[in-house]
Amino acid sequence: MAKLIMYLQYPFVRYAIIVGVLVALCSSLLGVTLVLKRFSFIGDGLSHVAFGGMAIASVLKMSNEMILVLPFTIVSAILLLKTGKNTKIKGDAAIAMISVGALAFGYLVMNLNPNSSNISGDVCTTLFGSTSILTLNKTEVWLSIILSLIVVVLFIIFYNKIFAITFDEDFSKTTGINVDRYNLLIAVVVAIIIVLAMNLVGSLLISALVIFPALSAMCVFKNFKMVTIASAVISVIAALVGMSVSIISSSPVGSTIVAINVIVFVVCYIIGRFEGGC
Amino acid sequence: MDLIKVENVDLGYDNHVVVKNLSFNIAEGDYLCVVGENGSGKSTLMKTLLGLNSTLKGKIEFAANFKKNGIGYLPQQTEVQKDFPAAVEEIVLSGFQGKSKGFFYSNEEKNMAKDKMQKMGILDLAKQSYRALSGGQQQLVLLARALCALDQLLILDEPVAGLDPKVAQELYEIIKKLNTEGVTIIMVTHDVNTALKYANKILHIGKSIFFGLTEEYVNSETGKHFKDYVGGCENG
Repeated sequence: MAKLIMYLQYPFVRYAIIVGVLVALCSSLLGVTLVLKRFSFIGDGLSHVAFGGMAIASVLKMSNEMILVLPFTIVSAILLLKTGKNTKIKGDAAIAMISVGALAFGYLVMNLNPNSSNISGDVCTTLFGSTSILTLNKTEVWLSIILSLIVVVLFIIFYNKIFAITFDEDFSKTTGINVDRYNLLIAVVVAIIIVLAMNLVGSLLISALVIFPALSAMCVFKNFKMVTIASAVISVIAALVGMSVSIISSSPVGSTIVAINVIVFVVCYIIGRFEGGC
Repeated sequence: MDLIKVENVDLGYDNHVVVKNLSFNIAEGDYLCVVGENGSGKSTLMKTLLGLNSTLKGKIEFAANFKKNGIGYLPQQTEVQKDFPAAVEEIVLSGFQGKSKGFFYSNEEKNMAKDKMQKMGILDLAKQSYRALSGGQQQLVLLARALCALDQLLILDEPVAGLDPKVAQELYEIIKKLNTEGVTIIMVTHDVNTALKYANKILHIGKSIFFGLTEEYVNSETGKHFKDYVGGCENG
């Protein structure tokens, strides 16, 4: 405990905790919708796109990577949503394609134009986010705070619409809701969350942040509002506990948070079994 | 006064025509059953009336006072819904989404939702989880939701699919009651006998197309033929 308090004296640790909690909160909010819409893997696909964008940004020696990565990921999210619907390539195949394609491309770019002597270290950091959350500067923290606020506010404002569309897209269309527009909104918000979460858990483990809290909450709770709230609470607590554990035991931040989420899921699953939910 | 007038319409997906040259009209207070073999285009017709599909040819005219987002729709259940974590009242309220002006539901809407649930006899289930309900109860929830969205027209797609006969019968009675209260009904069904019992008009699509009053359908070639066909299937 003393060690934890000592570390909290450092601003970079406080930044990490602020951003970590916000990212956990945002990712869990939309997680419920994504899981229920059978879009669990969209996070995976987009995060690899973001990885590709990151690679390009680092080759271009850009000072603030987010400026390139964010639009790049948003455009991919929109394309992913469109291709999933209209073309012969189905949603899951499109996600898989973009996901591995961007991963390969990003790694290739990084190797062809090495910026540092330790490429595999760089790649590992981007994939697993092991240290990048501890190297955030003030601008990045503020950017994260603003983007998170936008996500939370959008989610609260459109909560009822998101519920209606998630439950029944066709019915929503017949009542006059512009479903395509809201799907677009969801895609953009997911892209923002992915880019934020890359700092925390890296691009390989983002899906875990999106789906585990939602699945845990769905095991125990039976209505949408409670599932959403519980998912957010679980995610934030798991992030806090995970970061504390990783500070005390010097374990990698991202994988520790995911491990905590897995444990919470197992507990929720067992509770759900007894209550007949899961 | 015609609520909907369909004239020489071709229906289908992409360039694949499923139904050719379809014409019929629905007046206020009608109870129209759409029957026909599997794959004859019944669901395509529903989706076109709802505005989810567009017509390949021809046009569908709506009465001037008809609000297109005031259609109550009871769709077939999807896979996603079967294990959806939502309370009954959350689902029923979502019927107001199209009409709702603000971002959140008003007290008036909450009270109206309660009325609809009362009407369907599911008010005591309001806080229950949708996925824990029986098939019949789930249909009543979706019907209550449709009533929240509804102004004058209710469209039902195979409402009793997968329900046991007693529950199906109860659901049919509820639908009939709505019709006598002035709601116009369009129902897609496999069940010709039910169609003949409740509907005042029949639309048969498939190899041959029939549209007319129920009494005319019974005596028509299409009707006789289809009744034998379905009867044969059920006995066999």
